[in-house]
Amino acid sequence: MSRAKASRGKILRTGGFHLVAGGISVLWLLPILLVIVTSLRTFDDLAANGVGGLPHSFTLGNFGQAWVDGGEFQAMVNSLIVTIPAVIITLALGAISAFALSRYDLPLRRTVLLVMLAGNLLPPQILLVPVSKMAEMLGIYDTLAALIGVQIGFGLGFYTFVLYGFMRAIPGEIQQAAVIDGASPPQIFWRIVLPLTRPALASLSALAFTWVFNDLLWSITVIRTDTKMPITSALLGLQGQFVSQWNVIAAGSVIAAIPTVAVFLRFQRHFVAGLALGAVK
Amino acid sequence: MTATLTAPAAAPPSPAGPRRRRRTLSPTLLAFVLVPLLVETFWVFWPAIQGVYLSFTSWDGVSPAVIVGFGNYAELFSDPTFGKAFLDTVLWLVLFGGLSALGGLGMAMLLLKDRRGVGFYRAALFTPVVFSLVATALIWQAIYQPDGLVNTVLGTLGLDSWQHSWLADANTALYAVIVPALWRQIGYVMVLYLAGLKGIDPTLYEAATVDGASRWQQFTKITLPQLSSVNSVVLSVIIIDSLRSFDVVWALTRGGPYHSSELLSTYMYSTAFQSLRLGYASAIAVVIFVLAFGVILTYLVRAFRDADA
Repeated sequence: MSRAKASRGKILRTGGFHLVAGGISVLWLLPILLVIVTSLRTFDDLAANGVGGLPHSFTLGNFGQAWVDGGEFQAMVNSLIVTIPAVIITLALGAISAFALSRYDLPLRRTVLLVMLAGNLLPPQILLVPVSKMAEMLGIYDTLAALIGVQIGFGLGFYTFVLYGFMRAIPGEIQQAAVIDGASPPQIFWRIVLPLTRPALASLSALAFTWVFNDLLWSITVIRTDTKMPITSALLGLQGQFVSQWNVIAAGSVIAAIPTVAVFLRFQRHFVAGLALGAVK
Repeated sequence: MTATLTAPAAAPPSPAGPRRRRRTLSPTLLAFVLVPLLVETFWVFWPAIQGVYLSFTSWDGVSPAVIVGFGNYAELFSDPTFGKAFLDTVLWLVLFGGLSALGGLGMAMLLLKDRRGVGFYRAALFTPVVFSLVATALIWQAIYQPDGLVNTVLGTLGLDSWQHSWLADANTALYAVIVPALWRQIGYVMVLYLAGLKGIDPTLYEAATVDGASRWQQFTKITLPQLSSVNSVVLSVIIIDSLRSFDVVWALTRGGPYHSSELLSTYMYSTAFQSLRLGYASAIAVVIFVLAFGVILTYLVRAFRDADA
């Protein structure tokens, strides 16, 4: 009797849990569902039934409009031209500095590490005006090169700091054995330390990809011409170009989200681990 | 302290004697440190110094900058828009920061135990984190439209009088902007807290249960103290993120209507790149920096302590 009661209580509690957690999840997914539904509706349907009304139409044309007329194709290409080199170069630079700082007793190494981290924590606002003027002086204002440069410089400190933590944890014996075998520092870096840091590099790449890809502030600071805008700032342009055509804007948002969602789904475990890196360290 | 404490863990091939030390200073290793450091100096440290210098000038970006001393800072005091942006930033910090911390912790505790469906619930809360803030803003802009979901639902419930043009009303704009920002931030904070909660030794709870401690006592006496290091990380992340918040406001309202959703970050941007008052904008940026400074410093002190622990 009491056992039956206990199991009834357990069922009730489980049901309650799923009710609460499920309810919140539905609430959280609702805006995503809504944007997908809106992106598939015609403008006439929106006008007649309201943006928040039930859909009465189906079309894939909005995606074509955002992709071609809205310039999202070019914007996507620009975003990838910026994001891929920026991620690779930042991680490469972060890895070599983290290696030298963590595995060798260089003078002032902790100071250097923290100065680099401090640079990443600065509010970007203080850099906006000088960086845009500097880009003008260098003749790279309004080019993707300027955007790549500032993304590398600004992100570097964080990646160095996280990789430092990882590389320090590698046992010294492995390195000693390599030194006895006559390996030089670059060889130790490339053959031993880097392969052992792969999980951290994977996490950081997934994170860095979304951060750089999703950035708005730097791109509207160093880029003026519409055709050079990466996807995030192009979305803002779409907002102005297709005023109140929510079906096209929704399609544009869906397109802009696809690459980061793909990276997230592909590297889910790494991605979440990467986010948690900062917390437990 | 550093030399003796770090030498064994730093794993140089042998105890760091003077000869060893000189040998490890190979040109390659120096380049490994100096090249990244120079890149960051070029793009971050040097511009930051210039930014502070510019805050003491009056500059339109074309004619030469004129040094005005503390003139820009004096003007900030009598600038009502700056005052509004400052208060909004504080409000943003309290509401956006506070609610994302509470919501993140609450969801982490709810979804901590591995049971059926938990993976899906966590993923649902986390999904918005991968969207850009601009895409997030556009999704919510459609929801807030006069004929959008919020008003439609209110109409269906018979609450027509509550219907609003949420983003166009100066009384609601700031709060309407906070909601999408929270929608995206709570999943992120949840992940930080999940990592922290998983690190708590379960025997602590077992012992407390045996001693007859209530749920609430377990939460205040075990969970919170055990989370102290995660809490301080979350606090720093939240303050730094709040002061940086820009995209979502810019995409939804550009700080308007009538500066009602103006943050320091958006006011700084429009002052610099729309009003072209580069010196004055730099002074606003320095204020943001000063506000963030304490947090940055505590974060660094923690990092300094942990870096070699």
